[in-house]
Amino acid sequence: MQRLILKNKNQIALINGVLIASGFLAKWTISNMVIFEWSLILASILGALPIIIQAYQSLRVKVVSIDVLVTIAVTGAFLIQNFEEAAIVTFLFLFGAYLEQRTLNKTRSAIKALTEMAPESALKRMEDGEFEEVEVDEVDVGDVLLVKTGAKVPVDGTVLIGEGSINEASITGESIPVAKEKGSSVFAGTILDNGTIQIVADRVGEDTTFGRIIELVEEAQDSKSEAERFIDRFSKYYTPTVLVIAFIVWLFSHNIELAITILVLGCPGALVIGVPVSNVAGIGNGASHGILLKGSEVIRDFSRLDTIVFDKTGTLTVGNPSVSDKVHYGDNIDEALEYLASVERESDHPLAKAVLEEIGQTTFSEVTNTEVVKGGGIVANVDGNRIAVGNVALMERENVDLSEKAKENIALFEESGNSLVLTSVNGELKILMGIRDQIRPGVKEDLKQLKKLGVKNLIMLSGDNQGTVDVISRELGLTEAYGNMLPEDKSAYVKKLIEEKGKIVAFVGDGVNDSPSLALANIGIAMGSGTDVAIETSDVVLMNSDFSRLPHALGLVKATARNMVQNIVIAIGVVLILLASVLFSEWMNMSIGMLVHEGSILVVILNGMRLLSYNLKSK
Amino acid sequence: MKSATMQLETLVCPSCTLKIEGALKNLEGIVKDTAQISFNTSKVKFDFDEDKISIEEVEGAIKKLGFDILKSRVK
Repeated sequence: MQRLILKNKNQIALINGVLIASGFLAKWTISNMVIFEWSLILASILGALPIIIQAYQSLRVKVVSIDVLVTIAVTGAFLIQNFEEAAIVTFLFLFGAYLEQRTLNKTRSAIKALTEMAPESALKRMEDGEFEEVEVDEVDVGDVLLVKTGAKVPVDGTVLIGEGSINEASITGESIPVAKEKGSSVFAGTILDNGTIQIVADRVGEDTTFGRIIELVEEAQDSKSEAERFIDRFSKYYTPTVLVIAFIVWLFSHNIELAITILVLGCPGALVIGVPVSNVAGIGNGASHGILLKGSEVIRDFSRLDTIVFDKTGTLTVGNPSVSDKVHYGDNIDEALEYLASVERESDHPLAKAVLEEIGQTTFSEVTNTEVVKGGGIVANVDGNRIAVGNVALMERENVDLSEKAKENIALFEESGNSLVLTSVNGELKILMGIRDQIRPGVKEDLKQLKKLGVKNLIMLSGDNQGTVDVISRELGLTEAYGNMLPEDKSAYVKKLIEEKGKIVAFVGDGVNDSPSLALANIGIAMGSGTDVAIETSDVVLMNSDFSRLPHALGLVKATARNMVQNIVIAIGVVLILLASVLFSEWMNMSIGMLVHEGSILVVILNGMRLLSYNLKSK
Repeated sequence: MKSATMQLETLVCPSCTLKIEGALKNLEGIVKDTAQISFNTSKVKFDFDEDKISIEEVEGAIKKLGFDILKSRVK
């Protein structure tokens, strides 16, 4: 019975409303007070039922909820035969709850869309070798699963048989399909665009990358800031206090009307719901733009930040260096190029790739006695020649004589932002290459936008030489830029910014070798393709390595933080106005109180909902 | 010791979470301080001692408060 009533709360609200309307109709058109009274009595009893049940249930677990306050108020009104108020209050309360549910669902819709992308079933190979459809929860690590064209990959796994191309947008934000073959890793929640594959499950359920993203977002929306925890504690004692105050008022004034009005006015509505609503809408907007915000604490810090520190490689630049300038010295250059290519072929240094791309087709010779000089380059023997490939410091170590012309070239190359690769054959300088990284398209505009959003310092810390760093810094209009920095130098610098200069610092990095800085900064922003490290150590993850998400993220958290303040102001303002009017005005009664109360809840929800459609104006 | 996650119907009022928290606290066998009720995701998480209480009993207690349980998982 109880459940039946609660289930049909919305229908009850509707009937309740119709009864009230027909009561008033009878009163105004045919002046029939009997019908008026009876329809209102009926409406109050019907409307009060679900509220009373809820009140009873919460009292049983020792919680004085809003329902308790409203139940007492309605009962009081009923006893003093003010059926009109009793009926209207129940209607407003039920109808308000209905509207709240509708609008709240809207604010949560963005995140729901994300969680609904989670795979639900899988084709699992059974003992008889046949594939059978099972719930994704029933898949264990080591199971073999079949994925058909158009289906979602159910778990993180490795391709066992077959090939196909997979759309990994749910993990990386990149919608260009990725080719997969035997041995490739596949991720839960991605979609097999074409082909058929069999995979072995490596990680299942919440352990998959997608599962962790979802969990992170879910935890984020319910994470509570200090202010929220305060409001929570506050509201636990607030409702009983209102009850006591109303009782005292009644004891001293014997004015039931006033006492029950206080009960209704005291309902804490907008205050408790305002902040969570802003939170969920803001995080939801982020999630649908590929920005994962880890909770309301992050939103607060992020919105107040004044300094952004970039790790150059892979964030501001394309991260794919290429040879931009080249000079030869002396003869037998083709031979020297062959030697260079042979040495670089065995290196996994990022610059080596650029060198090989530049040389193109060539013949390779055997390389022996390879020695890697830390912070210098490589020394090796090729065809009985001593070859050194590396920077100026390596050339000095090898006693290579640099001519005036070479020195001039080196200075010029460095000035225009190149990393240098010098090649010497038997102690003689043969080739000088300048390798440079391109700035990502759009980064300049994005940085301008960040400045507009109130970021005062844009700082770059890089492992590259100061010349490279200065060129990029000038081109992008950064405030400061430092080169030759190791990961520990970067984290020390971030620490200094925070502790000595009192800045609120965001560190933007790729989350792999910059974990210490990401963790140290007030806000660690990982630009990664949803890698595990990035998800763990950072506060904000930009799913796609798309730099333009950063201004959106900053604009969004600022809007969200503002939204929370607005909601708190609205909520407290309404309570103050109501309290003042019950003391100083004639027109305040229970129905108006309930109307304002429900109205203010809807206002804060609608205000929070604005965040869902937030979009940074591109200017 | 097992941990359970329940997906409830959409929670509408923050005081709903207080109610569920209160109900869980009164149950013998649920590890105190592990009960976590998320308002926005409408999820309930807690650890419990399967010798003292069954998941069905917990579900019953929550249903009795008037909340539907859409999905419940024990690990």
